[in-house]
Amino acid sequence: MPHDDHPHTVLPSDPALRVKTLETILTGKGLIDPAALDEIIDTYQNKIGPQNGARVVARAWDEPDFRAALLEDATAAVSEMGFFGRQGEHVVAVENTPERHNMVVCTLCSCYPWPLLGIPPGWYKSDAYRSRAVREPRKVLSDFGVTLSPDTAVRVWDSTAEMRYLVVPMRPDNTEGWSQDELARLVTRDSMIGTGLALRPEELE
Amino acid sequence: MTRVHDMGGRFGDGPVKPEPQGIPQLGDWQARALALTLACGSLGKWNIDVSRHARECLSPKDYTRFSYFEIWVSALADLLVARGVLTKSDLQGQDPDVLHALAEKCLRADQVAGVLAKGGPAERPANTPPQFAPGQTVRTRRPGGNHMVNGGHTRLPAYATGATGEVLRVHGHHVLPDSNAHDLGEAPEPLYAVRFAAAQLWANPEHPNDEVILDLWESYLEPA
Repeated sequence: MPHDDHPHTVLPSDPALRVKTLETILTGKGLIDPAALDEIIDTYQNKIGPQNGARVVARAWDEPDFRAALLEDATAAVSEMGFFGRQGEHVVAVENTPERHNMVVCTLCSCYPWPLLGIPPGWYKSDAYRSRAVREPRKVLSDFGVTLSPDTAVRVWDSTAEMRYLVVPMRPDNTEGWSQDELARLVTRDSMIGTGLALRPEELE
Repeated sequence: MTRVHDMGGRFGDGPVKPEPQGIPQLGDWQARALALTLACGSLGKWNIDVSRHARECLSPKDYTRFSYFEIWVSALADLLVARGVLTKSDLQGQDPDVLHALAEKCLRADQVAGVLAKGGPAERPANTPPQFAPGQTVRTRRPGGNHMVNGGHTRLPAYATGATGEVLRVHGHHVLPDSNAHDLGEAPEPLYAVRFAAAQLWANPEHPNDEVILDLWESYLEPA
């Protein structure tokens, strides 16, 4: 393995062992409470996820006043629904239209709206997505099986600051009269990042 | 003038591989690495800009070959030593377990929900009016890079240096990462969403109406 003077090089090179070793050292010194780690993991594996963002989008589809408030000041609008905190301190909602499709990336790291979407999927953090999304968004969309109309422009948001972007996908046809709970089932994680579209009713399982 | 993490626009990375919808499920050690990194933040020895810069400072070889959470845990180890929390011999397990002076800062399980809910807002009260307004044409500085610390942290990607765009939104005053990552103070500045035509950035844009928006601090911009 390459050797340099970074301190981490003295830890075991196997990543699982590297993490375990560091946790053991920090726990031994009273700097880490393993029960707190369990709590953090439970939060992001079981509690906070894209179901939160889906509720926001469904409400925006259903309530014109909420949609206006969301587009005006998303931080306030989603906080009122209980979605705030780490990696979601400042939120902007951007709405897809037939003329414009929005897509979010963080080319420099992997900034992502955690309180609304949870932790990011692996592909969002991958070199391929980070490098390509800004330069060839349509080719990236084709990796997701999405093809846009030639009349639709793409606007890619590179999250270079602490602003976190939520894409509001277009509401699918033939969903008039649906409740917000029903509508939320159409809102996938990827549709709120902009690498997917909301499901059509016939695509629901 | 840049580091390995600054990869926007790069060629050669291959396809993006979609994953199932819902909450991404992490492997055991990956979840542990995530939690360990978040918990160590409570020790109060660094801020988010410092921790991002620690990841960027991995050698290009390591940054490229490491998986995502290997980057996190390796940068965490580097940061714990750089900030005097641990020594290299601690990492080698050569020192006996003794309660650390920072142990009182240890994040407890019952504090987790509160800490995550609190987050770390980056907006600060405005002390000067923003220089630019929506609709105004601006140019990003070139050369890019951190102008205070050579090789330091910055959030102006290389692909967007020297480009002309239009201010779309003013976000308020935000902590300047170029300063905050190097213990030079928060130095808040107006932050703008700036819209660039794809043709400003790429030799062969996919579509004439495509755009890229970046959030950029005032000192990254000049009037154009």
